Amino acid sequence: MIIESKLDAARVTYRKVVAAGDYWMHVVRKGETLRILDLEGNQAADTLFFNADRPEERYSASDTIREQGNIYLSAGSVLLSNLCQPMLTITADTVGRHDTLGGACATESNTVRYALEKKSMHACRDSFLLAVAENDHYGLSKRDIAHNINFFMNVPVTPDGRLTFADGLSAPGKYVEMTAHMNVIVLISNCPQLNNPCNAYNPTPIEVLIWGEGG
Amino acid sequence: MKEPIYADTLPGGKHWSLVMRRNTRLRLIDIDGGGNVGMLFYNPLNPTERYNAPDTLKCQHTFKLTAGHCLYSDMGRIFCSIVRDTFGWHDTVCGNTTKAIIARKWGEKSYQAARNDWQQNGYDSFLVEAAKYGLSRRDLASNVNWFSKVTVADDGTLALDPSGVRAGAEVELRFEMDTLVLFHTCPHPLSQAIQYPHRPIRFEITEGPPASADDPARLSAPENSRGFENNRIFFAGCCGEAH
Repeated sequence: MIIESKLDAARVTYRKVVAAGDYWMHVVRKGETLRILDLEGNQAADTLFFNADRPEERYSASDTIREQGNIYLSAGSVLLSNLCQPMLTITADTVGRHDTLGGACATESNTVRYALEKKSMHACRDSFLLAVAENDHYGLSKRDIAHNINFFMNVPVTPDGRLTFADGLSAPGKYVEMTAHMNVIVLISNCPQLNNPCNAYNPTPIEVLIWGEGG
Repeated sequence: MKEPIYADTLPGGKHWSLVMRRNTRLRLIDIDGGGNVGMLFYNPLNPTERYNAPDTLKCQHTFKLTAGHCLYSDMGRIFCSIVRDTFGWHDTVCGNTTKAIIARKWGEKSYQAARNDWQQNGYDSFLVEAAKYGLSRRDLASNVNWFSKVTVADDGTLALDPSGVRAGAEVELRFEMDTLVLFHTCPHPLSQAIQYPHRPIRFEITEGPPASADDPARLSAPENSRGFENNRIFFAGCCGEAH
């Protein structure tokens, strides 16, 4: 569902451009709204959420899609934790559909998907692992890296049960916005993938923006 | 067909776990039809290596699991392949029932009132089995739900499709590496049953030949031949066997 943001760009309290292949790890506090902006189009923002006050509680793709009865995320989707608690609600979305089935790229899964020789190419899972290692005050480790959201990615399922990576619905300037129901650690890997046509083999930067409670 | 090394029946709404050795097989039989088996897989040498549903799906361009598919870990290796399947379409995205879901669907039925006919849930079942190996909720992941077919409409709507349910449906897994298996027989979380379905599942462990060079799972996708190669590299390092 396409819903435009009502937030005033002049009132933003934080903004940062995240280059392709980098990670961004930041606490978004209860009531704040996070926007992820696809600056150049068809980029994948691989995103994980953790309860900042109890990091063993984390975003759960299966609980989220089951409880909303739909595999796609868009405006109105409530992102649930592994304890089935609402972590954030998507409040605005100019793309219309985001994936949470496809997971993140990893050097190991790249060997399976593309070629064994691809194992030295940078991948989202490496960014996630470096992020939790460099920010060890959160107490997170590989165990906590679960199934993420791929904002801006379009991964349709066919009636006969095939999973396809379709052309993206995103474009330069499209965005998704979500309001936090708890203090959440947001961990984004801005996907470095060079092997997938879904980003035209060219990963590009995103921007993250935060508004305070009430915008 | 070889006699099982071990066979047992797990009543509906229960949980168990075991370590399967490489090249042994686990056959699951939905005795009465309408059963569900939630299942998770770990590498006993390093349990941070666990079943990864997204990798399993995207490596094989599939949403459903059936014969010829491989079940991948997050490390690009194959825990097991599906060598036989008379059911045809198994779910791996819907997760588990929880205490709250069970109460909402079928009411609360306490141990005190119902003893072992109580209505256990899939999530707590995994917590108990995981804890036996020092694992916690942090180590859980999206599980397989054997004998549950979940379809997706064009608009993304999920539905549990009971059309394929029948007594005696079977699925057989061949383990491609030593694997810790956690499982439960609690209902699928999208079950529309009027009452909590207590459906028993028979499970049989058998010996069998390893995957041959022309094994259907190995050849079903070029990705899987690379997955088998990752297993071979793993064995060359850890077990001194390179076949």
